[in-house]
Amino acid sequence: MTSVPEPTPVPVPSPAPVLELADVAVRYRGAADDVVQGVSLAVEPGRSLALVGESGAGKTTLLRILLGLARPTAGTVRFDGEPLAPRDRRQARRFRRGVQCVFQDPYSSLDPRRRVAAIVAEPLRSLGLDSRASAAPKVAAALERVGLPADAAARYPHEFSGGQRQRVAIARAIVCDPRVLLADEPVSALDVTTRVKVVDLLAELKEERRLTLVMVSHDLSVVASLCERTAVLERGRLVEQGDTAQVLGAPAHPYTRRLLDSVPRLPA
Amino acid sequence: MTLADPLPGPAPLLGVRGLTVRTDDGRTLVDDLSFTVDSGERLGLIGESGSGKSLTTLAVLGLLPDGMTATGSVELAGTQVVGAPEKRLTAVRGRDAAVVFQEPLTALDPLTRLGRQIAGPLARRTGLKGRDLRAAVTEALVRVRLPEPDRIARAFPHEVSGGQRQRVALAMALACEPALLIADEPTTALDVSVQAEMLDLLDSLVREREMAVLFVSHDLAVVAGVTDRVLVMKDGRAVEEGPVLDVVTAPRAEYTRALVAGARKLESALDLRSPR
Repeated sequence: MTSVPEPTPVPVPSPAPVLELADVAVRYRGAADDVVQGVSLAVEPGRSLALVGESGAGKTTLLRILLGLARPTAGTVRFDGEPLAPRDRRQARRFRRGVQCVFQDPYSSLDPRRRVAAIVAEPLRSLGLDSRASAAPKVAAALERVGLPADAAARYPHEFSGGQRQRVAIARAIVCDPRVLLADEPVSALDVTTRVKVVDLLAELKEERRLTLVMVSHDLSVVASLCERTAVLERGRLVEQGDTAQVLGAPAHPYTRRLLDSVPRLPA
Repeated sequence: MTLADPLPGPAPLLGVRGLTVRTDDGRTLVDDLSFTVDSGERLGLIGESGSGKSLTTLAVLGLLPDGMTATGSVELAGTQVVGAPEKRLTAVRGRDAAVVFQEPLTALDPLTRLGRQIAGPLARRTGLKGRDLRAAVTEALVRVRLPEPDRIARAFPHEVSGGQRQRVALAMALACEPALLIADEPTTALDVSVQAEMLDLLDSLVREREMAVLFVSHDLAVVAGVTDRVLVMKDGRAVEEGPVLDVVTAPRAEYTRALVAGARKLESALDLRSPR
């Protein structure tokens, strides 16, 4: 549902999507209406996707579906071309290996009773990839990569600031070398100066690990910094999707335009 | 840097001199802060988390939590707030200064209908009762551009949206026609388009009333839109003060420069050149 038909400059064959939603709808039990309706999306490798919209638009619901944490009431979810089957344990392992996530609140997303070393090692341990001993160097490398000091591993989450905690969460997400990183408002709880640094870190990780981001955000400037593709949701429906430069640079839908116009800007 | 030089002429509406907030275990959270807000003036207090900006607003209202003590001087419309007994403060709050907090869900009483919550301060100021009071409540809701004011007056906080709740909180603060409106991150919890409407509303309401505003936020762009002058705080201290335009276009302090650069960097990502 791109905005305006237009001549594409170079027809690049799009690579097979890693994750795909086809005509997905979600209705909560007892509710009269769908919270998400007829959404079709594809996450192609190397083309990070942003889901944009205001509260209640269904962004987080879609992300939970992409993560396999919720099932749509209609439509299909595909991972590497196969329908996502929650009971297929072999697929589930492959899925967890390839798709990791970072949540919005760095205070509630890290287990306060565990040391950072154990938190970051969790994906490696639960996927059965490593023992505690063999995980240690990988954990150290991941912590170093996200810019945390080496002694961070021995400390507890409460000893870190919000920005540092989000770095711990990112370290945990990248430690098993996933292809896709799903992030729900990863920087919106952070101060501006910290936000810039974490956005930079995510941009670097995208580059060097060929990581594809799927990000939910209400912050359009963060979206524009990190994602090649943008999909705009309004009250559970996709109103516009396409290249970010196009969607945010020349919005076709009035809702997208309204979102853009509402962003407070500094006087020039 | 001129931080609150003693000005000749009438005393400012709010005069803060050497305000220091300490915890009982000896940590200093606000350190020797001085600033003034004149009648009708709009001052922005900018800082990141932990800079002491919210504590400053609480100290101005004499609302510091237990375990914290303020020293120095806070003079609000002629009343010394620091060390004042609760009884004197009750008279000051609402009439001289009213506040809108970040999270309306915690600022409003969940078990009381919204109309009744506005009626409280309104009745105290105007002495209205019964039908007249109800009419005044409706009017207060209309003034903050709430649709269906009668429905909202009957609703409980959880039954209306976040933006509507924040408007109710604003209506409550304005009900007493305070000389100074303190707004502590009033739009941070709201969606962007709701935020834009709220800022616009706030701006026009305080302009109409020539009300002074102390606007606290971490978001430079938001503050720049609704204030004339800003004070930048870091670790409990003022690092820079000046007219909004000067501070965002030519920041002097290193910290302010980093703050402005960060905001501009994120913002510049939005200056997309469309392929069309």
